Amino acid sequence: MLTYTIRRLLLAIPTLLFISFIIFLIVKLSPSDPTAGLPLTIPPEVREQIRESLGVNQPVFVQYFRWLQLMVWNEPLHLIEGWTGWNVAPESTTRIISYQTRSPVMDLIMQRMPQTLWVVGISYIVGIIIALPIGIISAYRQYSWFDQLGTFISMLGFSVPTFFTGVLFIVIFAVNLGWFPSVYDTTHVVTDWDSFIVQLKQIIMPVMVLGLFNASQISRFMRASMLDNLNQDYVRTARAKGLTEKVVVLVHVLRNSLIPVVTVIALNVPAVFGGAIITEQVFKVNGIGQLLIIAIQSGDVPTVQTVSFIFAVLIVLFNLIADVLYGVLDPRIRYD
Amino acid sequence: MPDGGLPSVLDVKDLKTVFRTRRGEIHAVNNVSFHLEAGELLGVVGESGSGKSVTMMSLIGLLPMPPAEVRNGRVMFEGQDLLACNEDQLRAVRGARIGFVFQDPMTSLNPVFNVGFQIIEPLRKHMGLSKSRARARAVELLELVGIPDAARRLGDYPHQFSGGMRQRVMIAIALACDPKVLIADEPTTALDVTIQAQILELVKELRQKLGMAIVWITHDLGVIAGIADRVMVMYGGQVVEQGPVRELFANPKHPYTRMLLETVPSVTGERAERLQVIDGQPPMLAQSPDSCPFRARCPLAFERCEQENPKRVPVGPGHDAACFWDVDAGAPRDV
Repeated sequence: MLTYTIRRLLLAIPTLLFISFIIFLIVKLSPSDPTAGLPLTIPPEVREQIRESLGVNQPVFVQYFRWLQLMVWNEPLHLIEGWTGWNVAPESTTRIISYQTRSPVMDLIMQRMPQTLWVVGISYIVGIIIALPIGIISAYRQYSWFDQLGTFISMLGFSVPTFFTGVLFIVIFAVNLGWFPSVYDTTHVVTDWDSFIVQLKQIIMPVMVLGLFNASQISRFMRASMLDNLNQDYVRTARAKGLTEKVVVLVHVLRNSLIPVVTVIALNVPAVFGGAIITEQVFKVNGIGQLLIIAIQSGDVPTVQTVSFIFAVLIVLFNLIADVLYGVLDPRIRYD
Repeated sequence: MPDGGLPSVLDVKDLKTVFRTRRGEIHAVNNVSFHLEAGELLGVVGESGSGKSVTMMSLIGLLPMPPAEVRNGRVMFEGQDLLACNEDQLRAVRGARIGFVFQDPMTSLNPVFNVGFQIIEPLRKHMGLSKSRARARAVELLELVGIPDAARRLGDYPHQFSGGMRQRVMIAIALACDPKVLIADEPTTALDVTIQAQILELVKELRQKLGMAIVWITHDLGVIAGIADRVMVMYGGQVVEQGPVRELFANPKHPYTRMLLETVPSVTGERAERLQVIDGQPPMLAQSPDSCPFRARCPLAFERCEQENPKRVPVGPGHDAACFWDVDAGAPRDV
């Protein structure tokens, strides 16, 4: 397993290089100008100087390798310096700088990461916690009213986009009923019970919207996987041994059914970091997703490039984690 | 007890199981009665869909209900009627007093648990053994069924065993709690012939050592001839003939049994001889069971076979058959 993991990690390097180059080319091909958002009163020659200073006029390959060097060498050193206080990083000018804010992109990401992790991460966990029992019961009582209702709600949650459910929730719960705020205030700090309640109230709606979507998807997987296993011969063997239904279903069937489901859950984790871009926008959560959207709109190439690259790394990483988990859960799979 | 005398460990009377489907009821098991004597090996033969497995599964509540429904009957086992038992009481019998071995050892074991876990489960549940005692017993069991290096193999997963070895593990699980009755549902069908012979030898040996009664379901008449004390022939969800193995093979009284025995190719016979077949299709079990299930394929069928479903009548010592035609007399039976 260890050699397999190491081999996969090494293989990930060319993959990621290729991905980063493609991302870079795509972003470069888009007809956006980093100075377009600046006031019209700025004379053309000054604009040209700004472009020059940003390095936009350099050849594409030079720009790419410059970014790559900053990304894989300078930024990690800065990160280490930030964590340990050792003076290892080069001067502060040599970092990936956002066109828009003129501040290091990594700092922007670090600022926004907690919001995304809180809102989207909790909604993912909530989704899983809801989905697993629903999937298990739906499969065990296939075609019962519970299963029918679960299927209906899952289809709804899965097929209705989050920008619709998000707005719907805002209209119902924030505007009409006034139970929850419609905007997520990221500056809010939890210090005592009352501020915790405020936090709870503002997080409920985005978590519900995303949680519904996640739960729909995972519960369908769970149900299908359970159904696959419930009719297997080993289930009959377990019953013939005189085991209780609880043990038969929750030990024998569940363990087998979880194999594909855990893989799906692991593969979807990068999306958590990607922060359901739309939902963040709807609830004004200033997380990673929102950062990416604003960066795209203003032609902020370094930010778009860096955020996309981090997503790519996460996707490759969690693909590997899913494969390793598969091997851990299923003794028939050995990678060495 | 049709033939009186010896005490039965299992006595089944008028068992009737139906499957409810959208297209009506399927009469899978029709008024099946049989008994099993202590230490006896009863062979159950019949073609696919004749109700062999469903009968045995009905006894102990292993059929999915719905769609299955045990509608009638009485199954006496150790002084209690299993059909009147609730699920908890049945669970205490399953795996403890009655062991099961199923057809396909490739899929009958749970692939994600090691065999030690799977053997220890019933030991802990039914016999209340401690972890270490159960482990020791599991090693004993694996040795009993002839798995070498048993202690080490406890930690192995089913996919690390060959088909024959897996079936041995299944037998070890079935025997874990010293059952009185072992129900083996085509345990050698999925195995190749040499492995089949090994498993047969093993079961013969275990039977002598442990003295349990065995119900051996198969459609292989050769296996039955080599292992059984008594044979029960099933057709269309009914028992059509039953008797001691030698008597039944030498002297079959039901037309189906006769034809079935003729289908077995002889090793010594003419090479050019074509294989014998029974013409026609097995019966549709959706039809109501008030006529003989074999009448459509039976060369001896006559009027009465359409109007009534024959009951089993004695045709020899411990031997009975369900047919209106007396093959010895060559005339309809007078019952």
